[in-house]
Amino acid sequence: MSIKFITSTRRQFLAGSAALGAASITGLRPAFAAVDWKKHAGTTIEVNLIKSPRGDILQKYQKEFEDLTGIKVNAEQTPEQQQRQKAVIELTSGKPSFDVIHISYHVQKRQFEKAGWLADLTPFMKDPSLTEASLTESDFAQAGLDFAKDKNGRFGGLPFSVDYWIIYWNKELFAAKGVEFPKTFEELVAAAEKLTDKDAGTYGFVARGMKNANTPVWASFMLGYGKSTVKDGKLETDSPESIEAAKLYQRLMTKSAPPGVTGFNWAECQSSFLQGKVGMWMDGIGFAPPLEDPKKSRVVGKVGYGVMPKGPGAQAAPTFGDGIGVTEGSSKKEAAYLYCQWAISKEMGARLLQSGSGVPFRNSVLNDPEILKGVTMPAEWASVLSESAKVSQLCLPVIVPVTEFRDVMGVALTNVIGGADPAAEMKRATEEFRPILERSEA
Amino acid sequence: MTITAPTMTSDNTETEVTAGDGRFTPSYWPFVVPALVIVVAVIVFPWVFTLWMSVNEWHLGGEKSFVGFANFLRLASDARFWQSMGHTLVYTLLSVVAPLFLGTIAALVFDTKLPMRGLLRGIFVMPMMATPVAVALVWTMMYHPQLGVLNYLLSLVGIGPQEWIFNQNTVIPSLVLVETWQWTPLVMLIVLGGLAAMPRDPFESAEIDGANGWQKFRYITFPMILPFMMVAVIIRSIDALKSFDIIFAMTQGGPGTASETINIYLYNVAFAYYDIGYGSAIAVVFFIVIITMSLALLHLRQRTKWNS
Repeated sequence: MSIKFITSTRRQFLAGSAALGAASITGLRPAFAAVDWKKHAGTTIEVNLIKSPRGDILQKYQKEFEDLTGIKVNAEQTPEQQQRQKAVIELTSGKPSFDVIHISYHVQKRQFEKAGWLADLTPFMKDPSLTEASLTESDFAQAGLDFAKDKNGRFGGLPFSVDYWIIYWNKELFAAKGVEFPKTFEELVAAAEKLTDKDAGTYGFVARGMKNANTPVWASFMLGYGKSTVKDGKLETDSPESIEAAKLYQRLMTKSAPPGVTGFNWAECQSSFLQGKVGMWMDGIGFAPPLEDPKKSRVVGKVGYGVMPKGPGAQAAPTFGDGIGVTEGSSKKEAAYLYCQWAISKEMGARLLQSGSGVPFRNSVLNDPEILKGVTMPAEWASVLSESAKVSQLCLPVIVPVTEFRDVMGVALTNVIGGADPAAEMKRATEEFRPILERSEA
Repeated sequence: MTITAPTMTSDNTETEVTAGDGRFTPSYWPFVVPALVIVVAVIVFPWVFTLWMSVNEWHLGGEKSFVGFANFLRLASDARFWQSMGHTLVYTLLSVVAPLFLGTIAALVFDTKLPMRGLLRGIFVMPMMATPVAVALVWTMMYHPQLGVLNYLLSLVGIGPQEWIFNQNTVIPSLVLVETWQWTPLVMLIVLGGLAAMPRDPFESAEIDGANGWQKFRYITFPMILPFMMVAVIIRSIDALKSFDIIFAMTQGGPGTASETINIYLYNVAFAYYDIGYGSAIAVVFFIVIITMSLALLHLRQRTKWNS
């Protein structure tokens, strides 16, 4: 680089100086600044990951990070529920055993922000010796920014992988009944009922019915009615929109879903869909890879991927997401930040996307035709992904007691499937949850 | 060798234990210390700490504050707590009675001179050796309303599909079925031990007196194996009361809260909602329930002893 600099013409030098000056005025980083990846060579960092395909991919290529930086990484993957418990208990102690933490924003965002467990990464992101020029705020999808930034605009972690809820549909069953993929909630109900043939053991629709797991299904419908579950700290779960969403959930789950659906989590729904016995399955886009795997699926090549139909109030792709951040208690924050940056780098994002293990939040990955060429999933999957990103909305409320919220609402929804009155159940659940929410923010 | 009890001198210091022949023997208290430290660290301290937490309002990630008995008062009006308590009692009762009944019958069968008795007994006790979570996963697949083998077997005999653990009304009996499948062999082994230890004389006397098979069972075998059955009841009750793995792996307390026992509820409160204070209050109440039940069972066991 220095040789090139010496041989540059006077005109080039002046142009470069002007560009530098402009960059300093606008606050932009000089694009050619190089990250000093070796700054913390010899350091050892501890990484706490959620057991998932995302965690697997980070561990698989960890050696590359170690070679790049000279930082030794001790990474551990723990199943989601246990990882959350372990993290919370250790973070409460103030001296966690890990420097990097993989978090589920849709459950833990508010809890982590309120407790101040994550280090502010904003200063690191502005430091050209620590952050690559291509990592800019504008490169993240809006949902990623909503998840990662707090009210004051500081980054508590970096957005890692997004999950949009979509409708998987069985093209063969649709064709047999002459049904088109639904564009609206009304059409969704009509299609589900037309596809259902209980004597033949086929059902039009399946989604999670199990308590807690079922809450996002109803919350997704609620977004279609134009409301989210909590607005400005106030519960909207007994609003007319919420009740309509519960009624829709009740109708689909009682008239068009397989027997025993009240006990179904995503795994049981997926099994039913894999067997080719279900017309539509509503869940996260991240569950797609097994559907296209001939060893596991009877519906390979027959799966359609559809964006969430439009509700009376809006079309919304319910959005969930993971992040990766540095703990406030860590004494190796810069080294840990380098790991986070590597984890969400373009190269790692491409691997995540191409293997179907997750979907990066970075537009530079999602819009790169070369990367998209390597995606192993069908083209329809990739197009639903970009369509969903356009109508993305956070599905679960950003509050501390997300798990209790899911449990309380989930029990009401299970009762609704069992025949209880949706209005009465949603009102009862709202009253039950209100003091919990108030206590959590007290 | 006679050993006198330790005596206290007037200035309140302990004298060495003296042997009868006047020699001094060392105090043995230092040898107790390691065990004492362990008992205090792993039994006494956690309990005192749990009691202390139960009188505090403490969410992980938040501040802790003393609230007295507020957590216990909250329990009184917590419908989910009472519901889970009811589920625990029903689940425990069924999980004791069913294996006890079937295990006793199995023991009586295996006590006869059955062909290939050793092999069959070996096969019979195999479920007991399996890991509960693995058992739970296999049974969950078998219970699947559409894809499970149980509904297929029912269809062969003309019975319609059931929803098993996926229905609020059938979930507890379905879970008890798994528990029964796994733990009947344990009861069988205990009762079989009792049958093997029985003296033969009373049976010979009974035969001379002309007693029939039922009378021999009712008046000799049953009273003699009763103490062993009581041991099985105690072991099964403790096991069923603290049962967590099978329920959690199969239903997580669902559908809704239909199979939520006190253990599952306690786990959720403490480790999913991070409400440590309230969770501790539940643990304290549950501990009292367990102690009461254990004392009642031990009392019953005393009454069924052979010599009583």
